[in-house]
Amino acid sequence: MGDGLMPAVRTEADVRAALGTVVDPELDEPITDLGFVRSVTVAPGVVEVHLRLPTSFCAPNFAWLMVSDARDAVAAVPGVGLVVVELDDHHDSDLINRGLAADAGYRGTFGHEAEDSLDELRATFQRKAHTAAMERVLTSWLRADPGRSESTVGELTLGDLLPGPATVALVARRAALGLPVDPASPVLLAPDGSVPPADAVTATLRRARSVRISVDGNAHFCRGLLTTRYPGAESDQAPRPSVDSRALIPLEVLA
Amino acid sequence: MYTKDGEKYFIVDAHIALWDARPENQRNVHGKQFIDCFYDYHRNLSPESEVWPYEDYLYQGGERLMRDVFAGGIVDHAIFQPAYLGEFYERGFGQTEEAWALTQQHPEQLTYNHNFDPRNGEQGLDQLRADAERFGLTGVKLYTAEWHGDSRGYKLSDPWTYRYLEVCRELGITNIHVHKGPTIRPLDRDAFDVADVDHAATDFTDLNFIVEHCGLPRLEDFCWIATQEPNVYAGLAVAMPFIHTRPRYFAQIIGELMYWIGEDRIFFSSDYALWTPTWLVEKFVDFQIPADMTEYGQLTTAQKKKVLGLNAAKMYGIPVPAELQLPDADETATGPRQPEAADLAMS
Repeated sequence: MGDGLMPAVRTEADVRAALGTVVDPELDEPITDLGFVRSVTVAPGVVEVHLRLPTSFCAPNFAWLMVSDARDAVAAVPGVGLVVVELDDHHDSDLINRGLAADAGYRGTFGHEAEDSLDELRATFQRKAHTAAMERVLTSWLRADPGRSESTVGELTLGDLLPGPATVALVARRAALGLPVDPASPVLLAPDGSVPPADAVTATLRRARSVRISVDGNAHFCRGLLTTRYPGAESDQAPRPSVDSRALIPLEVLA
Repeated sequence: MYTKDGEKYFIVDAHIALWDARPENQRNVHGKQFIDCFYDYHRNLSPESEVWPYEDYLYQGGERLMRDVFAGGIVDHAIFQPAYLGEFYERGFGQTEEAWALTQQHPEQLTYNHNFDPRNGEQGLDQLRADAERFGLTGVKLYTAEWHGDSRGYKLSDPWTYRYLEVCRELGITNIHVHKGPTIRPLDRDAFDVADVDHAATDFTDLNFIVEHCGLPRLEDFCWIATQEPNVYAGLAVAMPFIHTRPRYFAQIIGELMYWIGEDRIFFSSDYALWTPTWLVEKFVDFQIPADMTEYGQLTTAQKKKVLGLNAAKMYGIPVPAELQLPDADETATGPRQPEAADLAMS
């Protein structure tokens, strides 16, 4: 070690940090928080990572995105040698693991089932992630004062939002899509990023709400299924913040 | 019939199965993976008192099905929605002969829907005609993620599916139950997306499209197309048991459906043998949207009666005693419902 000839042995923490940048596109959450990382083994010259999913029948295209993103993220850690990432216990495990090991890419791995790329799939879920993040801040804003009505959320700008993780999350998702992030820009945007006309404000918010409920509901179900399938996996999961995990208690009651 | 607090509910379980997932019927590892996935759903979402041993879960048989589904005389009628899964199971997953024999024994209580696969081409069309005659079909269950040779899925908007839907129309098979799954060709796009249902519903306005699991895991896509298509319905299979594990999420699902498609187009389903209907019916009758979820209206007894049976009975022509019938809501056929909906400008 340290002579510049041997590949540096990275610590498990470095590898896990890299895996923490890999997001489940459907759930908009790092695979490390979801408990999808089953094991990380660091040996001289080789890092081996095993991933697991809530069911054998999780969609193979999403599985591919996470596994290949995980491989790319770990490979980018300075000094790692050989990187082996494998998906365990999935109906397409053999196919995906073979394709990844051969560096065959999406089309090379899935053959006739793959037409072009998964770029549009990824973009669709980046848009949903943004929509859900937007709805969370708007719903929190509405609930903070019962006098506020859904039809007025169109007036709210990014600069009006209270600082906090939900606002940070929204701005990050906007940036990822190339949407405006300046304080004067409206919070409420249509799925295509446009500013909805005044008479479509409520409908846009309600549609965004269905997206948020769907994403959050799926995230909770997937987390639960993972712990049913792999007892003990709950200790590998980080809590998911939610605007709906419990009935909101007015602050006056707590005071 | 279920009675609670002086109210009588006519119950239709719109999605049941008689499956055989025992090892001797598993064609390969996927047969085991598939039933294990179901069993994890069952274990994860059931109250502890309702969890079955794994062995019981593999196969129930007709006698047990009748005991489980019609326990206590609560469920009045149940509809088979069989999945074929011939690539996973030697004799298929849904047991056609056994389910059909049971339906003939209990015609007042059971309806048998069958399935087709548009990738079977012309031969499959002949089979569909024969099946329609044999079973007196008014409905079919389509699983778009069904594996078939090199193909692991199809869309409702595929040209061959349209040919089958045209034959359905000709044969009087008006109720098309659609179940989306994780695979489709090509894999480039989201397999759970229901945009293909939108196309089919627009082009076959005389057919009813019942999207099982109300589109879950794409509730949002389902709501958006269903609000625009008056012939698209929501089946509550898999959504129902969240009433126990995640009642606030269940409230949101029901709240969204009531908002986007209204009380006349939602069907109760246990998805037996994934779950049994009794506890689901009992919990739903007692259920209410939490008061702090002001974005949704409260559920009325009439709405619960429609969801639990009247809506499916109407579609399938199942006789309902006159005193239990209810009129359709006086609501828009498309676009959001509920009081505030009047303000909305919908495309």
